[in-house]
Amino acid sequence: MGILVGKNTRVITQGITGEQGRFHTLKCKEYGTNIVGGVTPGKGGTTVDGIPVFDTVKEAVEATNANASMIFVPAPFAPDAIIEAADAGIEVIVCITEGIPALDMLRVKEYLKKHTKSVLIGPNCPGIITPGECKMGIMPGYIHKPGPVGIVSRSGTLTYEAVYQLTRRGIGQSTCVGIGGDPIPGSTFVDILKLFQKDRKTKVIVLIGEIGGTAEEEAAEFIKENVTKPVVAFIAGQTAPKGKRMGHAGAIISGGTGAAKDKMAALEKAGVIVVPSPAMIGETVEKVIKEKGIKV
Amino acid sequence: MNIHEYQAKELMRSYGVAVPEGKVAFSPEEAKKVAEELGSGPFAVKAQIHAGGRGKAGGIKIVEDAEGVYRAASELIGKTLVTHQTGPQGKLVRKVLVEKASKIKKEFYLGVVIDRSKERVVIMGSSEGGVEIEEVAKRSPEKIIKIYPHPFTGLKSYHAMALAKGMGIDRTLVKDFSSFVINLYRLFMEKDCSLAEINPLILTEDGKLLALDAKINFDDSALFRHPDIAQLRDFEEEDPKEVEASKFKLNYISLDGTIGCLVNGAGLAMATMDILKYYGGEPANFLDVGGGASKEAVTQAFRIILKDPKVKAIFVNIFGGIMRCDIIASGLVEAAKELGVKVPLIVRLEGTNVEEARKILSESGLKIELASDMADGGKKAVEAAKRVS
Repeated sequence: MGILVGKNTRVITQGITGEQGRFHTLKCKEYGTNIVGGVTPGKGGTTVDGIPVFDTVKEAVEATNANASMIFVPAPFAPDAIIEAADAGIEVIVCITEGIPALDMLRVKEYLKKHTKSVLIGPNCPGIITPGECKMGIMPGYIHKPGPVGIVSRSGTLTYEAVYQLTRRGIGQSTCVGIGGDPIPGSTFVDILKLFQKDRKTKVIVLIGEIGGTAEEEAAEFIKENVTKPVVAFIAGQTAPKGKRMGHAGAIISGGTGAAKDKMAALEKAGVIVVPSPAMIGETVEKVIKEKGIKV
Repeated sequence: MNIHEYQAKELMRSYGVAVPEGKVAFSPEEAKKVAEELGSGPFAVKAQIHAGGRGKAGGIKIVEDAEGVYRAASELIGKTLVTHQTGPQGKLVRKVLVEKASKIKKEFYLGVVIDRSKERVVIMGSSEGGVEIEEVAKRSPEKIIKIYPHPFTGLKSYHAMALAKGMGIDRTLVKDFSSFVINLYRLFMEKDCSLAEINPLILTEDGKLLALDAKINFDDSALFRHPDIAQLRDFEEEDPKEVEASKFKLNYISLDGTIGCLVNGAGLAMATMDILKYYGGEPANFLDVGGGASKEAVTQAFRIILKDPKVKAIFVNIFGGIMRCDIIASGLVEAAKELGVKVPLIVRLEGTNVEEARKILSESGLKIELASDMADGGKKAVEAAKRVS
């Protein structure tokens, strides 16, 4: 299966009765994801297109044996939704919601330290997909194809771009994880790299970073010591000006850290193949696959 | 979100963080009145703009009396100040902060910020005040004392004690300093700041600790629960195109190049800028129309780009996931009909409803160069911009 989600993942949606929650839950179901329920406080007992709705995550878990949750709850309530999911024993929590205050996320992450069973992906992310098995998120399912490349990325549409370049070349993906564009992500590059390194299906890793913070530098440190699989990387924002927030809350060059060139240099030093243009991700992975004789 | 020094100081005062006596003034007459209310001089007259480096650029004046304040304010208000942070075009000064000048005995640094890799709020203090803290960090990192309070329990007086000792603050002042820093931390947490910086924090000749300068930034994502903070936003300090775009929930940043970009998704938008640069071009803007933009928002996005006189070519790069390609296409056609497109337009569309979108574009009669992929589009846009200019 790839990492974190697969055929045996039983998914609920928190915020299933909202417009976004409903729309994407149905898209995931169409893709083949095993959607077992939804949660909206006060709407327990109703259904959304045949999917049972519960008042709390705990009730949903008891009734459906769910082990993963997608969160579409508005930003002011999303931190509580994450905590609720962890409290109910959910193993994979994917928070799509954009615009959660950074100080709330600090508290949420501190709280999650006690819940070692739970992995949080996001917030402000496209979600996670193991092609052909389970899609938990808002990415267009049809561009994906099962295969050997694991993708981890801070950006949504840029991930689709990379996936598309691969699929067009007949190269599939093991799992694609969008860790999100916020300054305090639930899972970091390092968290996901650990899983890809252990995963037998993943043969090549694509890392898509962007300006802001030092997560790419930390990934480089980790790769140098622990990752034996080939890694291809692209860093968005090589031309971004200092002090301007480039769309994502986390994408800003400030106080002398976060510039793309430092991240690219750190990754190269760790043996990562860093491509200067986003259009070169697909062809570079193809070259690596040929060189290493990896079956696609 | 950024605010002015005078606003930051008013906020600090309300939290019990000691700042010099003073008030903002919008005219020389008002500045003089503020000085008279403050009593005897000397006074500091400080230009209020959203940029640092004002001192070196002549934006801060020390004068002896109220007449001097009048003269200083006359010189500053209406002047365009160019500092190392404003860019060469500078920023127009519309107001000044008039304060009682302080006699400085010693300068310190105190800042509160989120440490992303440690996932904690960090309080940084240093005996090296009045200089750029990044310089200190590079030159002598041991001179920066860092405290990481636990998010559930907060900053305690023993933290403040450790900070004071590390910064070399005199024993007799530790109690004052402790309440100073704990109040600053409380402000940071309660108002969802992303930065609260006092540089310098001064010890005056008469033994008081004061925030001589103050800079506060707020987490945009948290403004929904701080209407009082949201109304401190000064639209005059922002690029009018960026303000216009933000009304339509578009992420737009004006840049210096010649190729207008319209992209969905922040990462892809940055990558699009990179690819233009890779082929030898320069982007005129960053523009992310977001995941679920309406036709109206897309039309508005094109309007902003079409009205930008710098733009010699336009590159539309869309990977439709949530964002449907046909919405982008109809927004484009709408704006083009209204304003006319006088520069080459290169469009790369992929993803949801792409066939429908291509049909809308071909039926519109607009002159469009379709690109087969991102690299092709980037190359074409750079060539087109060079042809025109």
